[in-house]
Amino acid sequence: MVVFDKPHALTDAPLHYCPGCTHGIIHRLVAEVMDELGIEGKAIGVAPVGCSVMAYNYFGCDMIQAAHGRAPAVATGIKRADPSKVVFTYQGDGDLAAIGTAETVHSAARRENITVIFVNNAIYGMTGGQMAPTTLPGQVTQTSPYGRDVNVAGYPVKVAELLSNVDGAAYIERVAVNNVKNINKAKKAIKKAFQNQIDGKGFSLVEVLSTCPTNWGVTPEKALTWLEENMMPYYPLGVYKDIYAEEETK
Amino acid sequence: MSKSSSILFAGFGGQGVLFVGKFLAYKGLDEGKQVSWLPSYGPEMRGGTANCSVIISDDPIGSPIIDEPDILVAMNLPSLDKYEASVKKGGKIILDSSLIGRKVERDDVEVFYLPATQLANDNNIPKLANMIIAGKLMKECDAVSYDNLREALAHVVSARHQDMMDINLGAIEIGYNA
Amino acid sequence: MAEKVLMKGNEAIAEAAIMAGCRHYFGYPITPQTEVAAYMAKRMPKIEGGVFLQAESEIAAINMVYGVAATGKRVMTSSSSPGISLKSEGISYIAGCDLPALIVNVQRGGPGLGGIQPSQSDYFQATRGSGHGDYHLIVLAPASVQEMASLTFKAFNLADKYRMPTMILADGTMGQMMEPVSLDMGEVETYEKPWALTGTNMEREHNIVNSLSLVPEELEKFNFERFEKYKAIEENEALCEEFMMEDAEICVAAFGIASRVSKNAVLEARKQGIKAGLIRPITLWPFPKKAFRAAADKVKAFVSVEMSMGQMIEDVKLATECKKPVSLCNRAGGMIPSPDQVLNAIIEANKGGDK
Repeated sequence: MVVFDKPHALTDAPLHYCPGCTHGIIHRLVAEVMDELGIEGKAIGVAPVGCSVMAYNYFGCDMIQAAHGRAPAVATGIKRADPSKVVFTYQGDGDLAAIGTAETVHSAARRENITVIFVNNAIYGMTGGQMAPTTLPGQVTQTSPYGRDVNVAGYPVKVAELLSNVDGAAYIERVAVNNVKNINKAKKAIKKAFQNQIDGKGFSLVEVLSTCPTNWGVTPEKALTWLEENMMPYYPLGVYKDIYAEEETK
Repeated sequence: MSKSSSILFAGFGGQGVLFVGKFLAYKGLDEGKQVSWLPSYGPEMRGGTANCSVIISDDPIGSPIIDEPDILVAMNLPSLDKYEASVKKGGKIILDSSLIGRKVERDDVEVFYLPATQLANDNNIPKLANMIIAGKLMKECDAVSYDNLREALAHVVSARHQDMMDINLGAIEIGYNA
Repeated sequence: MAEKVLMKGNEAIAEAAIMAGCRHYFGYPITPQTEVAAYMAKRMPKIEGGVFLQAESEIAAINMVYGVAATGKRVMTSSSSPGISLKSEGISYIAGCDLPALIVNVQRGGPGLGGIQPSQSDYFQATRGSGHGDYHLIVLAPASVQEMASLTFKAFNLADKYRMPTMILADGTMGQMMEPVSLDMGEVETYEKPWALTGTNMEREHNIVNSLSLVPEELEKFNFERFEKYKAIEENEALCEEFMMEDAEICVAAFGIASRVSKNAVLEARKQGIKAGLIRPITLWPFPKKAFRAAADKVKAFVSVEMSMGQMIEDVKLATECKKPVSLCNRAGGMIPSPDQVLNAIIEANKGGDK
């Protein structure tokens, strides 16, 4: 009999996420990976500002909370202070792709040996549904009430594509957590991103397309459909960079 | 009686103004004196004017900033124009007469005209007009004494450039005897 | 006693930090403090465990500092005025998480991009906590290259002792000048750091370094507790130098390079028969209130000599409870007061006091 149990690397603290939000799934995947790799005891996680700000309560490893956008810089400090630790950030789209763009790009450029879990749900959830750097053209939010007008608000930032052009980045993959198959793929990617760090391979980022039923204004089920129909065409899934795979095929 | 000398070195960037100041500060330190060395800094250093203020004193040094130098070393005309008036009454001015065409206008200071750049070129040490002036300064002023020069130089000549030790010593000697 | 060497103030800070056990430096170039970064870039890779990293911005640098501080290791950053504004968010987080770290500000004239010449106009920023929220830094103001070294060393000890960020508040002159330094620094104090992020090793509950607290009652409690600590620091750590204050009738207040100029002026005033003295705050926070309060009962007047539009003068007035007149003698924007200017201010204060 298979018992569906809580990963050890998740604490007993009840998650505060909205019903249908996929943060819970992604938390679970990160925790399962920590369990499977046996790294909880030497992991240090960096929580962002945004919906996952209280991730420090949920992961059982040592945790620190960073200022908005600064998680990769904080992680850099921790990793440089003790390279034997496994250091990861868990960041949303506003945190990573707007206010923290510089920290993201430069930690990648330095091939900082950290793991970045980037949750892209195309909206600012914590503050109540404003336009994010990843909000799609035409998408209605509180601060793009007539739909994102690219002539005024500019275009979405495609983080995986962007970072794949940074020489220092070692591994960049975009996944989604909209169905079981994709969730399994997402876990594989997250596990690889952690394993890369353990192997000293350098900056690894997994962009996870995620839902926000509350601020998208749809049911959890419809949110999954919305993700599939709107986000996935704009943000195609796949491996964008894997320098070691490239080396192996050469 | 306790003694204090404030020396202002001024010239173009690249003339070794900061270096000669550092050398004299170390010379003072070696003699057990209190010293301070304060450079001008910023974009003006890039090819513009450079200066540094050195104080060598028997007593603890208050401000390292020199408003009225006891000794002005002017290595170009703009420096003389700028600082001539600030020299303390009864003070000294040493200038590089190969680069400065005019005479000092004040008559209440002692002036030493030394064709330092010419002497440097004649002796095939074109970059060491600064050290030639240092020799002159040691001869004419009692800020520091003319001994144990190698020891003081060793602080400022980097290990990579030990071949420069004797050349610098030679330049100081030229200035001292000029 | 160690042999004296000539060092630039900025280099003295860097070397003393290394002697204090700091093995992590994060910075971003800005005049007139760049020598600190350059010195660290040269030295750190040669020391076991030494880390020098030029960050992409001052913001990133201070957050790297935050990360290292959370692991319990000694860490520092340095910058000059505009860069400290950028770091202030991070400084607030470090203070809010009760982490030890050293921030060095080699001040230049402001506001805005300002200039690059020496200034003391970040006094308010430093002593009032540069970022948001209720917090303090222990602020040390060196007045010689020797103190650039010794106060840096001390700042690391104080940071660990009180679990809080400390600041060296210097200026461009102090950073650029060379003076003899003895690198005889004394003891590195070590403190237990059970709060540090070292990995649970599956042997303890996870440590959390965090300044978020959405329950106001809790956040209030943290603030009150932190200020209890600050009270103890005000009681125990205030430092100043008193110069010719025994019989002084005019008290000059000045710190850093302004105090050096003021010393010259005090000596000159004495020659002219005016009993002048100087109180030089070494800690700007905590401000040496007791020394000023005691002086207020003895002197006729105070002169606050500052390279700003008058910031410390407020602390002088507070400390002396306005018992005696306090006048301002200042230059700003990168200018340094001359001994004559200070002397004139002393003469004026002396006249005023006779009325």
